[in-house]
Amino acid sequence: MTVKYLLIKNARVVDPSQDMDQVCDILAVDGHIKAVGKKLSSEGAKIVDASGLTACPGFIDMHCHLREPGFEQKETIRTGGAAAARGGFTTICCMPNTNPPIDTAATVDYIMKNASLKAPQVNVFPIGCITKNRQGRELSEMAELASAGCVGFSDDGSSVNSTRLMMLALQNTAKLGLPIIDHSEDEDLADGGHLHDGWVAARLGIRGIPSVAEESMIARNIALAEMTGARLHLTHISTRGSVELVRTARKKGLDITCDATPHHLTLTEERVMQNPLKPGVSISFDTRAKVNPPLRTPDDIDALIEGIKDGTVVAIATDHAPHTLEDKLCEFELAAFGISGFETAFGALMSLVHGGRISLSELIRCMTCNPAAILGQAKATGSLRIGSPADIVLLDLDRKWVVDSRTMLSLGKNTPWEGQTFKGMVVATFHCGELVYSDNAIGIS
Amino acid sequence: MGVNEARTGTAGQENLPQLSIGQWQHKHVLDLDDFSKDEINLVLEIADSMVDILSRDVKRVPTLRGKTIATMFYEPSTRTRASFELAAKYLSADTVSLDATKSSVAKGESLIDSLRTLQALEVDAVIIRHPCAGAPYLAAQHIEKSIINAGDGCHAHPSQGLLDMYTLKRRLGNLAGRKIVIIGDIMHSRVARSWIWCTRFFDINLVLCAPPTLIPFGFRDMLKTCGLNHVTIEYDLDKAVVDSDVVMPLRMQKERQQSGLISTIREYMQLYQLNQARLAKAKPDAFVMHPGPMNEGLEISRDVAYGSRSLIEQQVTNGVAVRMALLYLIAGGKNR
Repeated sequence: MTVKYLLIKNARVVDPSQDMDQVCDILAVDGHIKAVGKKLSSEGAKIVDASGLTACPGFIDMHCHLREPGFEQKETIRTGGAAAARGGFTTICCMPNTNPPIDTAATVDYIMKNASLKAPQVNVFPIGCITKNRQGRELSEMAELASAGCVGFSDDGSSVNSTRLMMLALQNTAKLGLPIIDHSEDEDLADGGHLHDGWVAARLGIRGIPSVAEESMIARNIALAEMTGARLHLTHISTRGSVELVRTARKKGLDITCDATPHHLTLTEERVMQNPLKPGVSISFDTRAKVNPPLRTPDDIDALIEGIKDGTVVAIATDHAPHTLEDKLCEFELAAFGISGFETAFGALMSLVHGGRISLSELIRCMTCNPAAILGQAKATGSLRIGSPADIVLLDLDRKWVVDSRTMLSLGKNTPWEGQTFKGMVVATFHCGELVYSDNAIGIS
Repeated sequence: MGVNEARTGTAGQENLPQLSIGQWQHKHVLDLDDFSKDEINLVLEIADSMVDILSRDVKRVPTLRGKTIATMFYEPSTRTRASFELAAKYLSADTVSLDATKSSVAKGESLIDSLRTLQALEVDAVIIRHPCAGAPYLAAQHIEKSIINAGDGCHAHPSQGLLDMYTLKRRLGNLAGRKIVIIGDIMHSRVARSWIWCTRFFDINLVLCAPPTLIPFGFRDMLKTCGLNHVTIEYDLDKAVVDSDVVMPLRMQKERQQSGLISTIREYMQLYQLNQARLAKAKPDAFVMHPGPMNEGLEISRDVAYGSRSLIEQQVTNGVAVRMALLYLIAGGKNR
């Protein structure tokens, strides 16, 4: 068997796991990082000239929807994997709201086997259901799901309404050492709502989802995590109050983490009304910006960014939620929630870096070593340390490109950034030393 | 705006003002948030001509002869639908109604598909009522025909706003400084939402009076953000009604009790029913309006609804005239 060598030359290597930000080379041998340093050379290596580009560990997405099995019209493992690679992701964790849901070892097995065949560009880690069929009535067989390969548990799309059942779930996951990755939402307050319960909802006459719907459930879940000693990761948090609850919990030393999405970090409730498509129409009801949790306020964005800066919000996850055209091309109140997010994540987030709101290393940290630490998987270290899997993404921080859903690899064309110019682009993705995505501009010899 | 001037232009046999290019920019009537003061006044002035037509023995002018107006009502409606259809007929338009019941509002029975059918049938304008906010906007984005919003969810009911403005102007003349109180289910009221836009130019003091549970959390913020400084919120009807010129209760749906938004109908009536005792606190010559349909004896007592100060029947009559004006503006111009 021939040994495979990959040499990336003259990249600005940004690896927050080692506090590294310097121009140098990366050498990978047989899919693992062999050396990171100046003037590396290797006979017979595939050489990538990365002058002017930035190299980072491949991105890790703790929260996405691959829709397979059951909703292959929205996305498949194959298309989702390709879209993820284009977005710079080398590890993605898929949520269990499939059909059947990921609540048996057989379904975990199905996804992992399919992923290795059809999405070789990325690690696909399934997240198992907390409760059977995501019904919130009885717990799934978590130990079996864990041994089958689940990296965490979630009933994403809803919370476990029963406080007692959630307590029992956390007792079980504490023993397993795996996190519950919780969608925290009080159904009673949120059901029937379609937008943040703010001025836009009031203006459009659409029922709102108050911030408290999220915050009250997060407060409950933190209390349960403290009681049980379990690891709790709160996903797609969207409000200032949520950030404050998590900050307080972490100060107490609890093992609580959270993530925010690219859209909650960059868009507000007003996005739904903007973008009038035709003259003479003052406002719009843009279903592409309909997402749960809903887009919130500028103050909530400020709080999420403060959270990133002080280490309260440790990860950024896409909540990639592909839908068909028909799911979105309908009345606002009937439209599906969700944004197809793999391919726009980095471009959208770079607006925060270019705008001076977060640093590049803060951004990369939230997309690499921080989520890796939560997942604790040897195959996804989120690092370029020697011995790590050679998952590397090459970025052009200043390259401008226009979001065009027609060219997206995901089947889900539902993006609120359609037509927008982003500055900052993924130009190549390597997974285990193999080039799995590249923009044409990259030169490989 | 040269309405009088325009009127002398090509009045023709129907005595309607001929519009010059630039006076009317709307292809659609979706809400009143994008109407200027001049445009609102133009509608009201044309409605005046239409009232003249309605007072004739033969209520029919050939203005829209050869035009086809479609109605798509995805919600039950008696007066609005009849009002629009009569308005079209009095202007000699052909009308066609697409039977669309509430049960067909579901994914898979696409609004856009139905609209494309109407477009292929070459109708000139489509009047839509729909239980979902924004449905007429969706329509306007996907077909080339003019869309008139006849009520979309809790969002807007522009023709109601305009007919109420017309009714007010006819009875009150100058609206400056007038205090108008709208009472009831603001949260679910598309009428109230269209009202806050069309009243903003006339120096009206608009008071919305409702239990706190029936005002959306973001409502005050919305008024502030949108610069709607003429609107205030008051929870206590006995305070709100004092010295008002016009009082308009909204329909209170009994389902609001089941969903907990009001504790009981009984308590709601005690606190928010417009009755003679409360009307007595308004100005002596205050008028009573209601956008219908009424729950007599619930949000409004029967004696007030049918009393001497009630404009409720005039609202209905004026509704036809205002809708004629809208249809004329939308479908009557050249090359529209």
